[in-house]
Amino acid sequence: MASTLTAPPTVDDRVSSRSLGARLLSRPEVGSLVGAVVVLVFFLIVAPPFRELATTGTILYQSALIGVMAVPVALLMIGGEFDLSAGVAVTTAGLTAGLFSYQFSTNVWVGVAVSLVVMICIGAFNGWLLMRTGLPSFLVTLGTFFILQGLNLGVTRVLSGTVSSNSISDMDGFSSAQAVFASEFKLGPLNVKILVVWWIVFVALGTWVLLKTKVGNWIFAVGGDAAAARAVGVPVKRVKIGLFITVGVFAWFSGMHLLFNQAVVQSGEGVGKEFIYIIAAVVGGCLLTGGYGSVVGSAIGALIFGMTQLGVVYAGWNADWFKAFLGVMLLLATIVNLAVKRRADLR
Amino acid sequence: MSTTTGFAEEATTSPTSPIVHLDDVGKSYGNVHALRGVTLAVRQGEITCVLGDNGAGKSTLIKIIAGLHEHTDGVLSVNGEERRFSSPRESLDSGIATVYQDLALAPLMSVWRNFFLGNEITKALGTMDATKMKRIAHEELTKMGISIPNLEQPVGMLSGGQRQCIAIARAIYFGAKVLILDEPTAALGVKQSGVVLKYIVKARDAGLGVVFITHNPHHAYLVGNHFVVLKLGRVSLDTHRADISLEQLTNEMAGGSELEALSHELRGVDPELVVERVEGNGQVAVESPLDKGAG
Repeated sequence: MASTLTAPPTVDDRVSSRSLGARLLSRPEVGSLVGAVVVLVFFLIVAPPFRELATTGTILYQSALIGVMAVPVALLMIGGEFDLSAGVAVTTAGLTAGLFSYQFSTNVWVGVAVSLVVMICIGAFNGWLLMRTGLPSFLVTLGTFFILQGLNLGVTRVLSGTVSSNSISDMDGFSSAQAVFASEFKLGPLNVKILVVWWIVFVALGTWVLLKTKVGNWIFAVGGDAAAARAVGVPVKRVKIGLFITVGVFAWFSGMHLLFNQAVVQSGEGVGKEFIYIIAAVVGGCLLTGGYGSVVGSAIGALIFGMTQLGVVYAGWNADWFKAFLGVMLLLATIVNLAVKRRADLR
Repeated sequence: MSTTTGFAEEATTSPTSPIVHLDDVGKSYGNVHALRGVTLAVRQGEITCVLGDNGAGKSTLIKIIAGLHEHTDGVLSVNGEERRFSSPRESLDSGIATVYQDLALAPLMSVWRNFFLGNEITKALGTMDATKMKRIAHEELTKMGISIPNLEQPVGMLSGGQRQCIAIARAIYFGAKVLILDEPTAALGVKQSGVVLKYIVKARDAGLGVVFITHNPHHAYLVGNHFVVLKLGRVSLDTHRADISLEQLTNEMAGGSELEALSHELRGVDPELVVERVEGNGQVAVESPLDKGAG
């Protein structure tokens, strides 16, 4: 049998360049985008009020309530860690500012600043303990979750005698703080809550940090392979502690919205929210194991959550169904995510 | 043992003084002495091969030089100055770059992001200059003869040889004076190993001091100037290329007398024997010479 020889090509031609479409499909957030469109179309069909433009503002607000926290949670997950205390930390932030301002009769902005310091400390503590002990973040933050939940209820009861913080609506600086954290404005037929604007700003900022900056490169690296990152000189501990502090700062912001929206904060609030944030991030394409994901995806995940939550109500169904419906939606979105990613990688 | 002290003396008097010098260095984990009394000199433009079987202490040795572990005994000096590395960053800053067995590449990140990981080129506000980084990564990889058409490809999708070369190219580009390679050819095929060995020589020609850790004496003898064999955490041989042949090195590396015993044991095995399966009960019907010996 004669063997034929061909001159080896000078350029490796085994990898053909991929089309723009294929490259777009391999983005982490594509699966969630498909999921979001499916949810949107579904509710446009079954829930008539969903088609009205005015409800868009409400849906966006509902999504922003989750979306603002989903930004740091997604970054943290890409960095390879979890924070189960993120939900109750929001309540802690609101209570700290409310109770401090009330008890010391200060301008509310003083309470806001104190709360920020406390939240940075909580985030730093989570990160430091994790780095110090090397325990899984699941365990460490589960501990913080219970500690904060207990403190929220206990301290509030001691100081105000009830299950919520005292109303601070008549205190100095309340209206200016409300303008920053919890106001709303009209945009054509839409009532836009300022939180939605902040959400968009935070998503843009988070995406820029993650994709365009050195720190973003480090976040991917510490989540993808912490040992490899350390070996080439990435300060792994500082990056991870920084991510936990970021969660703390965003929890502070969300807590401020909670406080200035109602002037009081219920001390039992926030339990279970941490999973919603994590789910939004995962639906948005973040890998549970870290090293891969997107901030924009987390926003789409939050949007799916918001649409489903309100869609069930607008469709005239009992709200009891919401959780089951949500679970199905999330599973579907994640499966679509996986399938799209596999297909895109093969192209 | 006499060769060790001889080399240490020579290291201090040699015209090309060593960049990295280990004197009687040891590392203990509690009561486990992973490494004892290791003396080693790394010179510019030379390839020092560290050989040893699994568990001989090769990895511990490089982890000390790379700054992943601190040594517990002896003196580690860089450019004649005594050092004690507490992080890989310190080691890197003294010009020592290590290419690990696991390559220190994040598999889900793209080629160019990995190439610049820890050494990103930044503009204002910590923004990465992605265009420049991609261009340099492409140039450096082409210089090494590696063609990766899509720099956005995740590193995890590349072959072992390509990944190895990215790691080496990265170390050379970032101005390493000493390059430590931890078993770069261990997981590679013949052709890819050849490519990697070629880059090792290129690194030497560029004036780097190379430490090549391997358990393959054939690969080591192809490129090495100096050979150090570790056994059970101690230096068992330390010699120049001129003083040793490949056979001697292989023999020393395989444990000399131990190999003798092993080959004696294996002599009874008939390599031409073909084992046949009997249909039906799936039992193997064969008379092995080994079984006879054991029985």
